[in-house]
Amino acid sequence: MKLEKGIPLIDQHDENGYWGGKFGGNQIAESLNYPIEELTREFEKLRNDETFIAERDYYFKNFVGAPTPFIKLENLTKHLGGAQIYCKLVSKATGGAHKAYNAVVHSLICKRLGKTYIGGDTGAGYAGKMLSMAAAKFNLKCKIFMGAKDVERQSINVFSMRSYGAEVVPVNSGSQTLVDAVSECMRWWTSENEEAHMCVGSTVGPTIFVKICAWSTAQISREMKKQVIDEFGEVPKDMKLINCVGGGSSAAGFWNEWIDHDNIELIGVEAGGPEGSSKHAAPLTNDSPIGVLHGATQYVIQDDQGEIEETESISAGLDYPGVSPLHCFLKETGRARYTSASDEEAIEAFQLVSKNEGFVSPSLEPSHAFAEAIKIAPKLSKDTIIVVDSCGDSAKDSKIIAERLGYKI
Amino acid sequence: MTSSTLIKSFERAKKDNRAALLTYTVGGDPDKKTSLNIFKSIAESGADIIECGLGHGANIGDGGAIQDSTYRALSGGTKTDDIFEIIEDFKKDYETDVIIMTYQNKIVAYGEEDFLEKCVSSKVSGIICVDWPWPLNLDFAKKCKENSIVFIQLLCPTTNEDRLKNILNDAHEVVYYISMLSTTGQKLKVSSDEIKKRFNLIKKISPDKKCIIGFGITADTINDFKDTDACVVGSALCREITRSIDEELNPATNVGNMVSDLKQKLSS
Repeated sequence: MKLEKGIPLIDQHDENGYWGGKFGGNQIAESLNYPIEELTREFEKLRNDETFIAERDYYFKNFVGAPTPFIKLENLTKHLGGAQIYCKLVSKATGGAHKAYNAVVHSLICKRLGKTYIGGDTGAGYAGKMLSMAAAKFNLKCKIFMGAKDVERQSINVFSMRSYGAEVVPVNSGSQTLVDAVSECMRWWTSENEEAHMCVGSTVGPTIFVKICAWSTAQISREMKKQVIDEFGEVPKDMKLINCVGGGSSAAGFWNEWIDHDNIELIGVEAGGPEGSSKHAAPLTNDSPIGVLHGATQYVIQDDQGEIEETESISAGLDYPGVSPLHCFLKETGRARYTSASDEEAIEAFQLVSKNEGFVSPSLEPSHAFAEAIKIAPKLSKDTIIVVDSCGDSAKDSKIIAERLGYKI
Repeated sequence: MTSSTLIKSFERAKKDNRAALLTYTVGGDPDKKTSLNIFKSIAESGADIIECGLGHGANIGDGGAIQDSTYRALSGGTKTDDIFEIIEDFKKDYETDVIIMTYQNKIVAYGEEDFLEKCVSSKVSGIICVDWPWPLNLDFAKKCKENSIVFIQLLCPTTNEDRLKNILNDAHEVVYYISMLSTTGQKLKVSSDEIKKRFNLIKKISPDKKCIIGFGITADTINDFKDTDACVVGSALCREITRSIDEELNPATNVGNMVSDLKQKLSS
């Protein structure tokens, strides 16, 4: 399995939609074949349409707030010693996370398809929140599928979604988390695809959804490349880009422009779950078997019967048993390295970053990435640049973190 | 040769001037023993072919009633081997054909070759895999054929004519027409006439292939499909199992009664 230079990662799949001939694909019911073909045709047309690109950029800039800041975390760097730590503060995007990019693009596509109804899945609630926000802006009726357990633990985002006029559907099947929300959303689309468009909230699902999502979040690395050159005058020789990986949409966007720069190390951090627990959401780190989930072949946490196993993470956004085919491909080609951080390490990282930096207070998802940065930075020289994608703000997790730390709020 | 018995089931129904009746229930729902009794009762009540669900928790095609059945089977600890054992036991006493309906990850996790070997030894006649569309399924379909098992290709209202022709060209003796865009068990949102129009188109392209019609067919509409090849009732039976369990009645008897009624409606 080999990466090709000069070809966007999202286009390095074969005619059946498999990256490396193995990951991804369209393992879907026949009823979804037509809408997926239609969407694929439309997206390939739109991504080459200057008017569409201009429209996308207009909304990214004026509504989402691109570019988000690229800043040096001086206090954290000093505290840890070793490598210089920078942060791409994607949490400054309107709504507080990278999910806004995918939501805007899907809403624009929905309109181009002549559809007025959009549905999507959500785990931590960010994908759902941004999709409801974009749907409100673009006058689309919106339905969000969310695991009942997540509805409970991410109530702040649920409140936002409902405020934007979306219908939030709690999914009570299975583990009542993201995996079930995605299944239910796909079932809904199977019935409604003539009138409605579906937005998959991460770089998972059938190939076209992986592509649209990664194409949208690629905004992060596109703008960051300029910021890096402004800061250092050139691309630093020794740079490491650390990102949390659940479904993998944030990391795919954060790394997209850097894939061909072999000297830049890409590190993905999965959710290791509670310390000492065998449950985790880290299929890449722990070499989970390959299986088919939500229409795509990928590493997936499952038992010997092919049943999806329950995952456990303090971070709802990383609590997914599968992972993007893009990351399976990047792992298999050796281009990216994947590791995991435990719930405890993520909480400690949240505390350390917040205490040192103030303006940067990562949500539990990027706290996993910071945990890895904190682990490796002291061992590295000051010539090494570490950039962490802080792709979510801690506000949405304040209840969980406070409880964990023994505060009552 | 299992595939030839499957065709005979269709032909027997045709001689009776009716479509073949297929039932769908989830294997292992609510447990192995009851599930076997349900199959026996279905066979004795006159179903021509039994579709046995090998349920998957993260499925993308099942409606609520079948999800409930799947949940009961899986949470009761039903494993893929249990499904094969149920079918094998059933086939010791009954000649009714059994088709497995499942999702790809169940086959992948079991191993394609091992899965087919078990299908042969437990006398499974055919396989329907919801999330393994044409042409991605062609290699597996070929392996099925080599084992005399019919791999049943799926078609739906939005399968365009080119794709329809291509799928039918590669299809084995039997295909399955998903009558409407939905998950299983939803209210029929297209008319029986529209469904039959598509059925006739399929038959025009491939007169020799037997076409099963499924999704949304109930006791109220089943007679409309009398002059087709075959139709499936699933969710209504799964709901009947749920009701029987809730009311502490015998699911096998009740499902059997329902099947007799469907058979009568299809024959009248």
